[in-house]
Amino acid sequence: MKEWPPGVEPRVWKGTMPVQFLYTAGVAGERFFQTLKRKGVFLATRCEECRVTYLPPRIYCEQCFADLSETWRAVAPVGRVHTYTLVQVDREGHPLPSPEVVAFVRIDGTDGGFVTRLLDVPPSDARIEMPVEVVLRPPRKRRGILDDIIGFRPARGKRKSVQVSRR
Amino acid sequence: MAKPARVPRPIDAPPRLPLRGSPLSDEEFRGEVSTTPWTPKLEYGWDAGIAISRFLDGLKAGTILGVRCNVCGRTVTPPRAFCELDFKPMDAWVELSGTGTINTFSICYITWDMKPLRRPQIPAVIEIDGTTPRGGFLHHIGGVKGSSVEGIRKQLRVGMPVRAIWRKPDQRMGAITDILHFEPVKGRKR
Amino acid sequence: MRRALETGKELSYYAASQALETAGVRLKEIQAVVMATAPDAFDGVHMKGDWLLDGAGAVRKPYLRAYVGGGSGVFSIISGWTLVASGLFDLVLVVAEEKMSSCQPHPQGAFLTIFDHTIERPLGPNLLWIFSLEQHRYMATYGIRNEDIALVSVKNKRNALDHPAAQVAASLTVKDVLASEVVAWPVHRLMVSPISDGAAAIVLASEHVARRLCDKPVWVQGVGWSLDTSYWGNRDLAYPRYVERAARMAYEMAGISEPRRQIHLAEPYDPFAYKELHHLEGLQLADRGKAPEDLASGRFERTGELPTCPSGGLMGVGNPIAAAGLMKLCELFWQLRGEAGARQVPGNPERGLAQAWGDLMQVGTVAVLGVD
Repeated sequence: MKEWPPGVEPRVWKGTMPVQFLYTAGVAGERFFQTLKRKGVFLATRCEECRVTYLPPRIYCEQCFADLSETWRAVAPVGRVHTYTLVQVDREGHPLPSPEVVAFVRIDGTDGGFVTRLLDVPPSDARIEMPVEVVLRPPRKRRGILDDIIGFRPARGKRKSVQVSRR
Repeated sequence: MAKPARVPRPIDAPPRLPLRGSPLSDEEFRGEVSTTPWTPKLEYGWDAGIAISRFLDGLKAGTILGVRCNVCGRTVTPPRAFCELDFKPMDAWVELSGTGTINTFSICYITWDMKPLRRPQIPAVIEIDGTTPRGGFLHHIGGVKGSSVEGIRKQLRVGMPVRAIWRKPDQRMGAITDILHFEPVKGRKR
Repeated sequence: MRRALETGKELSYYAASQALETAGVRLKEIQAVVMATAPDAFDGVHMKGDWLLDGAGAVRKPYLRAYVGGGSGVFSIISGWTLVASGLFDLVLVVAEEKMSSCQPHPQGAFLTIFDHTIERPLGPNLLWIFSLEQHRYMATYGIRNEDIALVSVKNKRNALDHPAAQVAASLTVKDVLASEVVAWPVHRLMVSPISDGAAAIVLASEHVARRLCDKPVWVQGVGWSLDTSYWGNRDLAYPRYVERAARMAYEMAGISEPRRQIHLAEPYDPFAYKELHHLEGLQLADRGKAPEDLASGRFERTGELPTCPSGGLMGVGNPIAAAGLMKLCELFWQLRGEAGARQVPGNPERGLAQAWGDLMQVGTVAVLGVD
């Protein structure tokens, strides 16, 4: 059976995989999101040995496996644009009504950050290392999920440039 | 009903660390802890390939097809383009009969998402006559009365001869479901 | 447990960090990591082997994922063994994880894809069919009754009462098992292992490192694995010949010619009650069709001639798919060192076997462990 049998139509069978997912945030994530919801504050964890501050927080240091359960601390929800991109089309490839600026924001005083939208800034004004601050949903509308962060906007007022710890 | 489990006795052999983990009840999982839902859109179009495309054509025409390898001598169904034992193309197509034997069957009372079925399904592996040594595929048994395990087991046996019951020709589309089910052949003894 | 708050990473971390702590090894001394975790579709994370790796301590280390469905738990130690036995590494961490609770409405939605997409799924199959069809063929071939099989549920759930991580341990009778609802005859609900979240881990070391770290290391003496055709309707459902092939490979490596005498305890894979018996026959530890008789005579009890699933197995402890097999290896470790506490089989066992199964219902993975 080396060639296609004569007179036979190549057939395609269609189907799906019927799954939906419900993800827990984990021990660290649960505490992070509940605190974000109730107090509007970012929590991080820190490994002193490796000098790493984890945001989003973890209960273990990925480098030395130290248990970080007792190292929670609050950090100010401000940071800098580490990198950004201009998104012109949606997931299906249709043009967006106006381009969106999606950025990775590094939060000051940590080694982490968030992928987020840059708000209140015309795309042409977006800059790497631009200081930004978080925009959260109003307290009553928060649900303890990532969506409680609407985005980040340019920081109001002058700030000294902050030295971000490097590994 | 199962009796409730005893609390496990403390294990005293060293070295022992207490197990970590935070079990959640169904309520906590669905209402109290922070969860993120996501339904992925997983839609596929699977090419049937050489062998199954022709197999499906055969079903549409009311025939069960198999293939033969001249080296190992097997005639098998469902058909495949190459012999997986001798690693060479199959040598011939074989028209098999629409009869077979029950290799095994089950009486299933729940759906895949664990909901009860009113009428049980009777899946089976049917060895199709004409295959050697064992050319079976999955299908349903039909033409059986009643819904109880005892009642159904009185009508079916492993090793029982069955025959394919086909959809009407204009309702076939080239699918495994062109065979409605297999039914016990009345009056034939093995 | 049935559903954990922890993410898969956190579950992996618990197991991995505890393995390191009890071995007296620090993460930075680990040279490579093997992770066994079965379909991405359970946790719902694409490429989840790579996503889990920081919880498995594998950041910036050589890392590989062992993946043969349910067989992964034992395949993990086989893969880890090849890394050490090849001389490539001296100290390897092996971790296994599964978080099935994320998959809604039921992990069967992902399991369904085990059936052929074109010629099986249109029949509306249920994962239970694979097992009930196989169990019925096994029963019909050898004249085995459901009562004989139900004894496995009784034994394993009772053994699990002594396991600290047990999810479904219970004190039952055969009558209780057969009184539970028929899900897909001949399978009753109490003959099915549960859905679980869990993780397990072990530390593997080469000979000179092991002797330095540990007064009584448990050695991997033989490994074997084999996969059969995915055309499961073309297979002999009454006998798992792929388990036999995997076992023979492991026995040859371990220098075992009389497994029934030389293996002192076994942890065969028991996702369904009949499977333990089916696998024991494939493992050559019981004659074909005769495992139920051996079970009824007490041969497989903890105090019997060949204790099987002294841990409580999947039927008693739980079935986080890939982690279950590694759980069995952990049990062998404790048993062979005399540290299994209330679960300890008597008589100073020196050699044990763990076996896992799964994938497209056609993989056998076997490991033989022993002490000096």
